Amino acid sequence: MEPSTSYGGQVTFQPYATQGYVLCCLCGTSILPNPSNMCVNCIRSQVDITEGIQKQVTILWCKECGRYLQPPKHWVSAELESKELLTFCIKKIKGLQKVKLVDAGFIWTEPHSKRLKVKLTIQAEVFNGAILQQTFVVDYVVENNMCPDCNRQNANPNSWVACVQLRQHVHHKRTFLFLEQLILKHDAAANCVKVKDIHEGIDFFYAQRGHALKFIDFLQSVVPIRFRADKQLVSHDTHNNTYNYKFTFSVEIVPLCKDDLVCLPAKMASSCGNLGPLVLVTRITNQITIADPITLRSYSMDAPVYYRHPFTALASQRALVPFVVLDIEPVPGAHGNNSRFQLAEAQVARLSDFGRNDTVFYARTHLGNILHPGDTALGYDMTASQLVGLDYEAFVNKGGRVPDVVLVRKSYEDKRRKRHAKGGTAVARPWKLKTLDMEVEDNTSGPRGRNEAAVEADRERFLQELEEDPDMRARINIYKDAERLKQQQQQVGPEHHRQQQQRVIPVGAVGDDDDDDGDEDLPQIPLEELLDDLEGLNLEEGQQAAGGRGEDGNADMDMD
Amino acid sequence: MATRCQFENSNDVGVFAKLTNAYCICALGGAENFYSVFEAELSDHIPVIKSSVAGTRLVGRLTVGNRNGLLLPNTTSDQELTHIRNCLPDEVVVQRIDERLSALGNCIACNDYVALIHPDIDRETEEIVADVLGVEVFRQTVAGNVLVGSYCAFTNQGGLVHPKTSIEDLDELSSLLQIPLVAGTVNRGSDVIGAGLVANDWAAFCGLDTTSTELSVIESVFKLRDAQPMNIINDLRASLIDTMA
Repeated sequence: MEPSTSYGGQVTFQPYATQGYVLCCLCGTSILPNPSNMCVNCIRSQVDITEGIQKQVTILWCKECGRYLQPPKHWVSAELESKELLTFCIKKIKGLQKVKLVDAGFIWTEPHSKRLKVKLTIQAEVFNGAILQQTFVVDYVVENNMCPDCNRQNANPNSWVACVQLRQHVHHKRTFLFLEQLILKHDAAANCVKVKDIHEGIDFFYAQRGHALKFIDFLQSVVPIRFRADKQLVSHDTHNNTYNYKFTFSVEIVPLCKDDLVCLPAKMASSCGNLGPLVLVTRITNQITIADPITLRSYSMDAPVYYRHPFTALASQRALVPFVVLDIEPVPGAHGNNSRFQLAEAQVARLSDFGRNDTVFYARTHLGNILHPGDTALGYDMTASQLVGLDYEAFVNKGGRVPDVVLVRKSYEDKRRKRHAKGGTAVARPWKLKTLDMEVEDNTSGPRGRNEAAVEADRERFLQELEEDPDMRARINIYKDAERLKQQQQQVGPEHHRQQQQRVIPVGAVGDDDDDDGDEDLPQIPLEELLDDLEGLNLEEGQQAAGGRGEDGNADMDMD
Repeated sequence: MATRCQFENSNDVGVFAKLTNAYCICALGGAENFYSVFEAELSDHIPVIKSSVAGTRLVGRLTVGNRNGLLLPNTTSDQELTHIRNCLPDEVVVQRIDERLSALGNCIACNDYVALIHPDIDRETEEIVADVLGVEVFRQTVAGNVLVGSYCAFTNQGGLVHPKTSIEDLDELSSLLQIPLVAGTVNRGSDVIGAGLVANDWAAFCGLDTTSTELSVIESVFKLRDAQPMNIINDLRASLIDTMA
């Protein structure tokens, strides 16, 4: 008979092969063949792959801060049954190098039992090639041990390591109000131990020098500052030559504010391209922007540039005098490089003179596109005021021409007063701002103490500025005040509400439709810019809001 | 009757011994224990000889044979050839062959009627095998392994193959060899069957590590349970009387 030429594995098609069963060599149960040819139970009884792995581990925990010690020095913070705690626990087990970890999880233990249980599943090779998987439990005993940071804090409370002393030498605190909102928006004071409100500034205290430096970096990006760093030795360990210091950073903000009148020193004026020495400060961000009201040119400078030839304000907000605009004529073709400014010839009279005598001033102003005849504008009265400054006097002595009146901005005071007189609650603003909680100095009396009236006035002026200036609003978070909003809408009534909605103008009006049309352009913050204050919502409202938003989402999906 | 033994502490008895129905060859060892086990079992019925092949003790893996003949690799020395020829009965043809794959015990597995050979063996060797051993030769693999002599062991009564042999392969081999086959292990889960055990129609020897489960499988498939030589003769007598009567 011819030998068969069937070559087992060398055919071109894959033959169908079912695995047969063999008997386990130890217990005789029928199993699928594996490299050890023993059933799983026999292998388990022969070999224990968890041998050599620690089954009981001790970990140290600080009761004050809830952190676990990772030797030698690092304390890691983790919640019970969290991913970080699981990673930490697995790292603590000795003997896991030789086996492969497949799965790990917590077994629930009582929170106060000071025991943690972790269930691990590992794989290892046994005999020749067979891989065995086994699950086992590791017990952790949690022991109390106070970490050095809590120790230091308990021994010496209220101690700080770094302090940022922020100062601005002007007569109001509006910059700090704005800065507070910026800090809240960017969450820059997260690591602060304490914030203290001081005459002419704010102090921020930190537990680490790095946090203070980070805060100073943040400040540098939002206001023009200069600062210096100092340190004071607290203690000295002679054995390891380590020194403990207290670091103090003195930060000074440039003493200029928006709407200040400034006379530039000669050198500065020439380096700005001969900008007329009398200029207005238009914006303070991390750069100072000054603009000439007559030529409409503006210039921005950094803090270092400012401090090369520093100059102070000639006249600031307190010296503003209200003027009535009698007539205004725009000068054709003269727009500044930003279309916000328009050169115009205005005929103004002081509000105090209006109707009493005929004192009229002629002035060139940059507010051509905002002012109309009959409007009130605030400006600096150069004839009647005493302006002191070395650069100003030098300029005048050299024969520089000083304008009679420099108009700064439009005034909405009388409109506000009218609105206030009309109805009490209608005037309440439907928005609010969050505040940073600061410690305030206790001494309320004496020249160095706080003047409550001045503080309130500053705050009111700050809120008005927010209403008037959309650029400033864009940099901070403003929240809806739900109750006041509801009250306003109830007061106005459904018909007026509909009318208001029909008028598609950014400045919404809430007043009656009949009398004053001047009420229309009282600047208000449009509702679209207001954010939902999520923390202020209680749970049901939040769920409703989420449900509403969820429905919108579904609608979108249906449209797809 | 299956017996457990060890050759110098090694459980691979199939490496150091070759057992057929007509003779048994053992390796030369330091201690006589191994030889004496075989002698006690077999010397009443068949010659049990000690020899080396190619100067090595691996007689089981280098040689292949059955009751009709014995094949030796080309590395066998002349003295060994002569010694073996002298010791074995005259009916057994001893032949030295020239084959590239010289570990004949690993490449060829046979009983008195059928042989399985490594798929790459030369045609001349195949013819010599068919001629000297008087068998039908099939080129086959066992569980995908080409070393058929290592991964299976069979006698005229039955055979044991590699545990990973699929059921289709098992059926195919069984129909080729015309004997019952079973997939199993020897020496506590080892899948190298041919090295782990030697068997003939009435006796089998395996390593000391073989578990009782494995031993019972071996005894049942090789039909050794009550296999004394007298029983075979009784079976024969019974069938003769049947036909006569």
